Amino acid sequence: MSEVKLGTYICRGCGIGDRLDTAALSVVAQKEGKAQLVREHDFLCSADGVATIRQSLEGGEVNQVVIAACSRRSKTEAFNFENVTVARANLREQVIWTQPDTPEARELTQEMAADYIRMACAEVKKMHVPAASANAGTNKRVLVVGGGVSGMTSALEAAKAGYEVLLVEKTGALGGWTAKLYKRIPFREPYADPVETPVHELIAAIGKEPRIKVFLNSTTTRTSGSPGQFSVDITAESGNTMTENVGAIVMASGFSLYDANKLPHLGYGKSPDVVDQAGLEALALKAAADGARIRRPSDGREVKNVVFVQCAGQRDASGEHLTYCSGYCCNASIKQAMYFKDANRDIDTNIIYTDLRTPGNGEDFYRSAQKKGVSFTKGRVKAVESAGGSLTVRFHDLILNDERATVTGVDLVVLATGQIPNSGMNIELKAEPEKADDGHGPSVEVPVPVPPKAASVLNLTYRQGPDLPQLKYGFTDSHFICFPYETRRSGIYATGPVRRPMDLVQAVEDATGAALKAIQAVENASLGRALHPRSGDLSFPSFRREGCTQCKRCTVECPFGAIDEDEQRYPVFNEGRCRRCGTCMGACPVRVISFENYSVDTVGAQIKAVDVPDEFSEKPRLLLLACENDAYPALDMAGMNRLQSSAFVRTIPVRCLGSVNTIWITDALNSGYDGVMLMGCKHGDDYQCHFVKGSELADYRMSKIDDTLKGLNLEPERVRTYEVAITDIARVPQLINDYAEKIKEIGMNPFKGF
Amino acid sequence: MATVVATNETLLVVGGGISGMTAALEAAETGKDVVLVEKGPALGGRVSRLYKYFPKLCHPTCGLEINLRRLKASKRIRVLTLAEVRKVSGAPGNYAVTVSVAPRYVNENCTACGACGDAVSTEIPNPFNYGLNNMKAAYLPFSMAYPQRYVIDPSIIATGEAEKAKAACQYNAIDLDMKEEVLTFNAGAIIWATGWKPYDAAKIQPYGYDRFANVITSVEFERLADPRGPTGGRVIRPSDGKEAKNVAFIQCAGSRDRNHLTHCSRICCMASLKQTTYVRERCGDDAKSTIYYIDIRAIDRFEDFYQKVQADPTVRFVKSKVASITEDQKTGDVILHGVDTEGYHRYDARHDLCVLAIGMEPSVDVRAIADVSVDVSGFIEASIPDGGMFGAGCASNALDVNRSVQSATASAMRAIQVINRVARAEG
Repeated sequence: MSEVKLGTYICRGCGIGDRLDTAALSVVAQKEGKAQLVREHDFLCSADGVATIRQSLEGGEVNQVVIAACSRRSKTEAFNFENVTVARANLREQVIWTQPDTPEARELTQEMAADYIRMACAEVKKMHVPAASANAGTNKRVLVVGGGVSGMTSALEAAKAGYEVLLVEKTGALGGWTAKLYKRIPFREPYADPVETPVHELIAAIGKEPRIKVFLNSTTTRTSGSPGQFSVDITAESGNTMTENVGAIVMASGFSLYDANKLPHLGYGKSPDVVDQAGLEALALKAAADGARIRRPSDGREVKNVVFVQCAGQRDASGEHLTYCSGYCCNASIKQAMYFKDANRDIDTNIIYTDLRTPGNGEDFYRSAQKKGVSFTKGRVKAVESAGGSLTVRFHDLILNDERATVTGVDLVVLATGQIPNSGMNIELKAEPEKADDGHGPSVEVPVPVPPKAASVLNLTYRQGPDLPQLKYGFTDSHFICFPYETRRSGIYATGPVRRPMDLVQAVEDATGAALKAIQAVENASLGRALHPRSGDLSFPSFRREGCTQCKRCTVECPFGAIDEDEQRYPVFNEGRCRRCGTCMGACPVRVISFENYSVDTVGAQIKAVDVPDEFSEKPRLLLLACENDAYPALDMAGMNRLQSSAFVRTIPVRCLGSVNTIWITDALNSGYDGVMLMGCKHGDDYQCHFVKGSELADYRMSKIDDTLKGLNLEPERVRTYEVAITDIARVPQLINDYAEKIKEIGMNPFKGF
Repeated sequence: MATVVATNETLLVVGGGISGMTAALEAAETGKDVVLVEKGPALGGRVSRLYKYFPKLCHPTCGLEINLRRLKASKRIRVLTLAEVRKVSGAPGNYAVTVSVAPRYVNENCTACGACGDAVSTEIPNPFNYGLNNMKAAYLPFSMAYPQRYVIDPSIIATGEAEKAKAACQYNAIDLDMKEEVLTFNAGAIIWATGWKPYDAAKIQPYGYDRFANVITSVEFERLADPRGPTGGRVIRPSDGKEAKNVAFIQCAGSRDRNHLTHCSRICCMASLKQTTYVRERCGDDAKSTIYYIDIRAIDRFEDFYQKVQADPTVRFVKSKVASITEDQKTGDVILHGVDTEGYHRYDARHDLCVLAIGMEPSVDVRAIADVSVDVSGFIEASIPDGGMFGAGCASNALDVNRSVQSATASAMRAIQVINRVARAEG
């Protein structure tokens, strides 16, 4: 863009024209905002108003636009102009709707509006229309790691949509755990009996699908690149390695069963007649192959009395075993009890449980088992003992409150142990922290992955470790309830029980969804567009190499592992992996990282544009940097509810609190602001930050800003960080007002006018 | 007259709750054109009416904001509100769809300035709050409503009230002559994300939902706890407005019951565990929550949350299917009768308020509109090979939010396969 031609459009609708002197605002836009064109309109979002703007854009009078009207969250579509930078001055929700409609309030309200116009004009001049990265990857093949039901499903679903798939399986055959099942839990009506597993059907379908290429006895030994351009080494058992290019990856590495040898009190390892659920499936398969009944491993006698122990090594509050519930085992034991009952109604089958967990239509299956005569006993099994050729199960009967209840004469005990995810290496286990020493402010601890026992699944060459970050208990699940496919490694989606304990029905749904996310990732990568949650964003970070001090802070702090380092320790941005949160920009002590339309300058210019009255005016200025995802909407809604807040605050929405660079804070205080508020999302275990670590990092950075404040002889209260939820509609104005009071107490910033 | 541009490569998503929004967004972000049809005046569905989610205790509107931003940024989704699918004919890859759009009486000029709401004095029950309070008959459905546009309730049409609303509007946004419109268009694939409704609690006669003021449902309790709700977040008894400190939660209210819903509704155990934290949040150590349950179904990582609630001394668990409820007419207290099966103790337990953890049933019988098959509970059955219509979210099963979104994402995949097949055939 050669010459900047700024058009500022001031809406007079929704009471703006009544409450504000828009003619005076026009003068501000022209004189101070340096707008070439200023227009007032009584109803800017109307077809006529929008046409006015379009005409001046098309006529070439204007190539940058400021809309001084409602919030950027309102009338978003109406004011969306292609290939033009647009800034919004929020005169409605956050000016006139937060201020009293009284003659006395008019002056301050007008000052607020004038500042927002100055800010928007300053911001838009620093913005550029983002052009998609030239490094977009256009490979649309999908790599699926793991050939169990989840992996096979993802592969088939992607292929059915027309995409080429590489399916890598560690063992010599497809099928995973499900291939070792005699039958599966029914997944559609009538939910009455065990049914055939889908394994043979899936393997046959894959065999017939020309878009799928299967690699057996193979693992992924090196993965580099980014969505649309991953490079993967697939190494066969023989040692032969092939390098393949793919656009997205589905990780379906499955689960292992909890090791029943850790449960000697339940008789495992002591008696061959104590098996886990997989052991029972093996017995059932053998019986079916022999055309016989299920027999005891110890002496081959037909099993006449079987006890199922639920939650074996699970839901264990002591922490010695698994604390979670694997979710599928109740139905699995019901199914296995039916193996016996369907063969011979006289076989005693007893399921000892604490809570029977058969959600949805599992309830029908449960009822079917009751009809077939399977016994259910609410109790906690304490011990399984072997004596005189049979087993005794000792348990606490919770219904009769009998701590010494027993089942004797048991032929076989089945332990329902849980699922352990095959998630590879835990990259967040910390070894000796490596200090990032950049000579600019506080040092950060760099987590260094230590290899635990498990081998890596993906062998990513990423700076932040070879596998996906884990959520809890080793599962690579998403942290977000609304966004189960959120991933911290763009273009790589975990699916199936590696993600969360799950049964076959859920694994198939999950794998189908993961396949969608994979093809979505390749489609967006090829266009240079960001993935969720800033879907479609074409901006991407770039850095000024001359200024970079190779401090590593950006590479360390990126929540998505998007930045690598080159041999000289300069950052290497992988745009396809970037989620555009700006955490790197906030991290950079020398401020060399920026996006085309969001940078240290776009915010810095807004801060500087505000008119800061002198010390004697009794008009303090408070800067509020608000997360655009939660805090900013809460502020808007406070306005919609006409909740009043201080007229001294000036709010700037930020992509994430993680993008807040401390220079904004020190610049604000140096230029006379009296206080700075930061509002971001909750952090900690139940964090709500959409970019994972942004609000936490901001909190950390601000805790370190105290020294700077002291150096300036300023009170630490001049900077405050708040955790705010989108529902804090009544709380946000209160926080602002309380803070305004606080600043009144402390007094004005002595730096004004310097 | 609204028109919809759609082809056999367009995906129709029916239902604008979190499942429908997800299906639409995921497909659009994969490059597909989508028509999203919602019966109500705004998107967001049932989760937008929840105060918090289990187990993170975070707020559903946080995700809604992100989804709305995705929607506003996507040019591929056409949203129709107050719209219902009337008829579907045709075959996979080539459906003809008839949709009726009810009059909103407010057009796209609306700026949501609120002048019409101020002008009108008639009040109607607020459906967003399950009728627990009233609102003006010219209203914005809720503060995050999308489209951000007011609605004139049909009950005031042809009255002076409607004229007052019209007169108050400076933007010619109110059109009292709007009529129902019928639209027809094509679609290659259809996702039914029509969601769930709470089971009719009045049918569980022994619990007296229709007779006792202080017996309410879990969805109503959610509105009471929400600061945006009818009581500003105060958990008070409907009978006398007294703060409810001693709250009973009855699990499987309508679920796992041959006389009502035979399936387990999956979410209710976790919902009640979550709701005990609302009582705790307000009453501190004075709180008393009692959960009457058959099995606590806190599956997978949710177990952590169960253990956390169990550790709260203000929460008690009674293994019992409550037999009946009576009311103390003097105090309005509710008295729960039954037998604690752990040890077989009979109880007559007095509580301030009783919350029925109400079961989930499909909100619409899609068979009346289109050729789909449903299971005994009315949920749309898993897709048939080469089909072109798919259930998503709670239209397909009793699911929590996380699983609904998974299901919706999977349904978007299945629909895209159909559309890509059409695209390939059409070359």
